Amino acid sequence: MSSLKALLAGSILAGCFTATAFAYDFGRPATPEEIKLWDIDVRPDGKGLPAGSGTVLDGKTIYEENCVACHGVNGQGGIKDRLVGGQGTLTSARPVKTVGSFWPYSTTLFDYVRRAMPYQAPGTLGVDETYAVTAYILSLNGLLPETGKLDKDSLPKVMMPNRDGFIPEPEFRTITNSK
Amino acid sequence: MTQDISSAPRQREPVSRRRFLTATAGVAGAAAAGRAYADTLANVPAREVGEPLSGSSARSQYVAISRIPEAGPGMRNVDPTDAINSKTPLHKLMGSVTPSDLHYERSHAGIPSLDPAKHRLLIHGMAKKSLVLTMDDIKAMPSVSRIAFLECTGNGWENWKSADQNLTVQNTHGLISTHEWTGVPLSFLIDLIGKERSSIWMLAEGGDAAGVARSIPLTDEVMAEAIIAYGQNGEPLRPAHGFPLRLLIPGWEGNLSIKWLRRLKFGDQPFMTRWETARYTQLLANGKARQFQLVQEVNSVITAPSGMMQIKPGYNRITGLAWSGYGAISGVEISTDGGRSWKAAQLNHPVLPKAQARFQMDWVWDGKPTKIVSRSTDDKGNVQPDRKAVIERMGTNALFHYNAQQSWSIDEKGMVRNVLA
Repeated sequence: MSSLKALLAGSILAGCFTATAFAYDFGRPATPEEIKLWDIDVRPDGKGLPAGSGTVLDGKTIYEENCVACHGVNGQGGIKDRLVGGQGTLTSARPVKTVGSFWPYSTTLFDYVRRAMPYQAPGTLGVDETYAVTAYILSLNGLLPETGKLDKDSLPKVMMPNRDGFIPEPEFRTITNSK
Repeated sequence: MTQDISSAPRQREPVSRRRFLTATAGVAGAAAAGRAYADTLANVPAREVGEPLSGSSARSQYVAISRIPEAGPGMRNVDPTDAINSKTPLHKLMGSVTPSDLHYERSHAGIPSLDPAKHRLLIHGMAKKSLVLTMDDIKAMPSVSRIAFLECTGNGWENWKSADQNLTVQNTHGLISTHEWTGVPLSFLIDLIGKERSSIWMLAEGGDAAGVARSIPLTDEVMAEAIIAYGQNGEPLRPAHGFPLRLLIPGWEGNLSIKWLRRLKFGDQPFMTRWETARYTQLLANGKARQFQLVQEVNSVITAPSGMMQIKPGYNRITGLAWSGYGAISGVEISTDGGRSWKAAQLNHPVLPKAQARFQMDWVWDGKPTKIVSRSTDDKGNVQPDRKAVIERMGTNALFHYNAQQSWSIDEKGMVRNVLA
């Protein structure tokens, strides 16, 4: 009997090893350096914001070179999304949803510009340029003075007017799961 | 018969056919006889040797069927370069599975052409390991296949404020399709990297120019059902639908099923991307916006007779599609008197959870103006609301998640038109 026990124990052990070794066969570990290349998301608390900074003044120049064709002078009247104004319209028959009137987090603007803009060449703006154009759009909405400057510490502190304008679905406010 | 389905195969049941003939022998019998005498088999073209066999099957030259690229509500007939979505011709489809090339499309920065040999999926964040996977790695993993609908959260958005009576069902409801999807269960990857228990949100990010990214709550339902998909309807994904790899979350907003998937990151809170804050949130009448309204609600639409078709008095088969992101459709009722009375429609089997179900009902139109409307119920007890209930709850600015019962009006000439109710 003891040999049968040993056999059973052995096969259970072998089973575990097989499963583990099998799982390790997929893919390779990601290095911290390559993760940094792709890990571009920015959370509302500022986690993910890179070192660097940009001024409203520089942002105006960058905006006029890269953004004005679609978003218009001063963030209005362009062929694509309006970026400025619209405050007070959200309950009207024609709500105007802009960065200033609707977006709840200033960090989302940095995240979006960095990942998706300019439309024809996303990823071409450097970190400082992204801070600068973010600062400029916020200043157009009256959320930063014309002499303003942004970095990873100051950007999350810019409080958006519609910060409390969202009602998360109750079922996803607290998430519980079994693994 | 309706004009658009006159060449479609008849699928009537013998019993209802007999019942219909008995009920309407006078009118319909005369019409059928007239058609028969004008016709003769002698006029049917002779048989002849056809085209040689080929590597793929094209559609018949007699079948005109395609999607239509559109922009926002009311912005139709746009140049494809200005389009933001492309709608499925629901009124020309049969059964419940959508052909691959006709699955609706919504893209945010064009369709990238990705080389699968160079594509990588990075999985990292709150987990024991960070992994880089190739397509070969992913295709070597255990796979699942599942038939599920995908629906753009903007489906139905033409009718929030008013009804353009020149719309077809392709215009009003063409942002939904049903496919068989094949890939690796998300749960397999979660186990592979050893997700931390405290990670309850996952960021999924695409390799398109916009880097579309959404935060996904890791409920048991999502972990059990989400698929990292590389196949659609038995073939590799097509570029417009995410080649070589996409996420597929059955029943939830299409936008969450990230195409051209290249990164999954595990976190403990939503990442608050532009799409889940400024874009896919529903502005209510009080100026507040519902956020993370992720499930596509119970819905249905009559696809024939539907907008811009013309019907004749007598027998008409009413047919359409129903679906719910909560589960399987358990019943569809049809009203042919503008919602005053309802009759159960017949469901074509199998009826699968979180997939479109085909329904149909025999109807004899008396030639008087009326409205036809469908109302679906799912196996969780959700009933498709009428327009009044939707507007009371959501206002008219919500833009997304419009699942109100769709009414089609029929005038004395038999013209079918889009109306609000």
